[in-house]
Amino acid sequence: MTLEETYAALEGSYADAISRLRSEKLVRKFALKFLNDDSYQLLQDSLAKQDYAEAFRAAHTIKGVCQNLAFDKLGNSSEKLTESLRGGWSEAAAPLVSQVTADYQQTIAALQKLDAE
Amino acid sequence: MSNKQKILIVDDSEMNRSILADILADKYEIMEAENGVQAVATIQKYGTEISVVLLDMVMPKMDGFGVLEMMNQHNWIDEVPVIMISSESASSYVERAYDMGVTDFISRPFDALIVRRRVINTILLYAKQKKLTSLLADQLLQKEQRSNLMVDILSHIVEFRNGESGMHVIHVRLLTELLLNHLIHSNERYSKMTRADQDMIGMASALHDIGKISIDEKILNKPGRLTDEEFAIMKTHSLIGAQMLAEATPNQDDELIQTAYDICRWHHERWDGSGYPDGLKGDEIPIAAQIVSMADVYDALTSERVYKKAFPHDTAIEMICAGQCGAFNPELINCLLETSETIRRTLASDVVALNHKRASQNAVAEMLRNNETSASERTLRLLEKEREKYKFFAALTKEIQVEFNPDPATLTLSPWGAQKLGLDEIIMNPQDNEQVMAIIGQENWQKLVDMLKKSTPEEPMIKFECKLFYNGELRWHQIIARAIWQQEEEPVFQGAIGKVIDIHDSKQRLAELERKANHDSLTGLLNHASAKKHIVETLEGHPHDKYALSIIDLDHFKMANDTYGHSFGDEVLKIQAQKLKESMRAGDIAARIGGDEFLIFLRYTEEAEPIIKRIFNTLLGRHGDFEFSVSMGVVQTESGEHNYDVLFNHADQALYAAKRSGRGRYCFYSDKLTNTICDNGACKSYITEIESNNPDHLQQDPQDNPPTEDK
Repeated sequence: MTLEETYAALEGSYADAISRLRSEKLVRKFALKFLNDDSYQLLQDSLAKQDYAEAFRAAHTIKGVCQNLAFDKLGNSSEKLTESLRGGWSEAAAPLVSQVTADYQQTIAALQKLDAE
Repeated sequence: MSNKQKILIVDDSEMNRSILADILADKYEIMEAENGVQAVATIQKYGTEISVVLLDMVMPKMDGFGVLEMMNQHNWIDEVPVIMISSESASSYVERAYDMGVTDFISRPFDALIVRRRVINTILLYAKQKKLTSLLADQLLQKEQRSNLMVDILSHIVEFRNGESGMHVIHVRLLTELLLNHLIHSNERYSKMTRADQDMIGMASALHDIGKISIDEKILNKPGRLTDEEFAIMKTHSLIGAQMLAEATPNQDDELIQTAYDICRWHHERWDGSGYPDGLKGDEIPIAAQIVSMADVYDALTSERVYKKAFPHDTAIEMICAGQCGAFNPELINCLLETSETIRRTLASDVVALNHKRASQNAVAEMLRNNETSASERTLRLLEKEREKYKFFAALTKEIQVEFNPDPATLTLSPWGAQKLGLDEIIMNPQDNEQVMAIIGQENWQKLVDMLKKSTPEEPMIKFECKLFYNGELRWHQIIARAIWQQEEEPVFQGAIGKVIDIHDSKQRLAELERKANHDSLTGLLNHASAKKHIVETLEGHPHDKYALSIIDLDHFKMANDTYGHSFGDEVLKIQAQKLKESMRAGDIAARIGGDEFLIFLRYTEEAEPIIKRIFNTLLGRHGDFEFSVSMGVVQTESGEHNYDVLFNHADQALYAAKRSGRGRYCFYSDKLTNTICDNGACKSYITEIESNNPDHLQQDPQDNPPTEDK
């Protein structure tokens, strides 16, 4: 699978990423680095502990990273989650957490394929 | 040492940091911080060496705004530019960031090219500003040096015309500076005078006599008294000097000119209005003129002139205080008296050298300029070098090295030390940090801080011993630290550096040595000296309790030694010592006080005799063919005797009596015993009857019964 195909699989924007980071090598390097980023784990852990301030920061970080890498789908859902957690927990956040979880898994699955090659 | 400019990237996400680092690493040296606290500590450490800070907004521990707030509090924001990078694009955030002094705001997702360009722009902008500031500072310095030079030349011309050595101007300036400095620090009214004001008055003082340039040389250098007419002419010099200054430059608002004018015109006025030219009184005379006036009089008195000899320092001071040179401000008279010793010392030292020191300091500045390096850049380089040195040695020594800064409160540990203690290398507000307090404890921390603050610039070193808890162990440590004081009139505590040494083992070895020194090596019992010390302490500490002291002698020990050899003898001693140890209760004392002599000291509540009897019985028995038997002399404190030496002596007498009455028994001391012991014949029977107690099984064999080989 090419990097471009990976971006398609995780529903990101390959063209945007290239235009920002200016080289395919860099994009590939950082895209793969996302596999080791622990922000998602932190998000889940802090939600479990009901530490919503920490959860907000974790969602915020995921959003920031996704924006830079142009992982649009996960970026969008994590942005929505960030906003809903800004003032603490609300019922509206629950479906957004599920969405982020689904998008994260989709993103990771695509990246793992890329990494396997 | 890298010549690359340093960029500090602050972001809690490792990925975000490495993306930025990748974009910038080829041109800059990258430093990273993963939260606001680390960022503040890094900025505090490196200061203006950091060319730009890239700052994230949302972070744990301290967020981006927290960092900006600290940078504003400490005025770092003026010198270290900040570019904020965030995906928070709400205008209220952006506006707040700009309000707090960020130079630029980049929103996520960012373009690598834009980040690079903006970083470069920001660095260039600040570099230009820094260069301009340092240029300006250099120019100001140069200007001031030149002014000083002009004033020096001018005032010396006047002096040489006066036929003086040229020292008068220098002396008056030094005296003016000393008096003024003292006045400012001792008198509330003048406390607002700045360092610049002081320097200016010092400089202006050199011009006090320029009016003399217009006075006829014959009058100036006339040996002997001036006529009234001549004196009238001489007196015009103050007004002439003032006029010269008033006409010399169109720049009459210049503070130096104004101050010099005041000094020239009024340095012969007197506090009571008796001076000239205007007869001003009291506070009408500007303080600068009053001080120069006093300095002028003092130097005139203590110097040789064509018309007079020099007076010694003390005489001059007395003359001024007595009003022999006209009346002075009483506050200034106080100043003079209080600085008298300093004045004497300063003028006795090499004044010319002092003055040259001023000049050579300027020469250093000159040299630096020639090297095309401004002073601050050079300092930074030296600092960097020192830091490299420190890091190198710190890494080698494997010591816990610490540094404490009070503002903002930060504790910095050497990397090895941090690892050893399981702490971060940089800790903000250590007094509120649970981990730090778990190691040292609030109380010790406070003691340590107090000791440091009580130290002085002259003696800044302190040593402090306490237990530290880490890695699951509580161990003794010594903390050696040096407070850092900023040398001002009132020294300011600037923090401290120090190291922490684990002294647990050596302290234990010391305790072990101490234990050995106090104990008999063969039996492990106390030796006589330390037993005596303990007993004296106990008697003094609890004088109302009842105690018994007994000396125990092993019967026929010498024979056992001779018959079975010394190692056998040692065995016997060990066995008996062990039995004694086992008979002792808490607080009791057992010691070996001589070859085969032991001492015990016990507290009792009812009667001593049953206890003594029990111990006596314990000590019986046999080892090989040797049958143990002991003689004991016992004394009680019930009689009221508490002096150790007397008690010991009495116990010894009782022991003697026990031996005399056939050994293998214990004997209590009594006054009767003392009375009878001199009487050889009666003693034995008396003791046997009344004071000596021979337990039953021994009474069957009351004779000395030495062991024999066939037994």
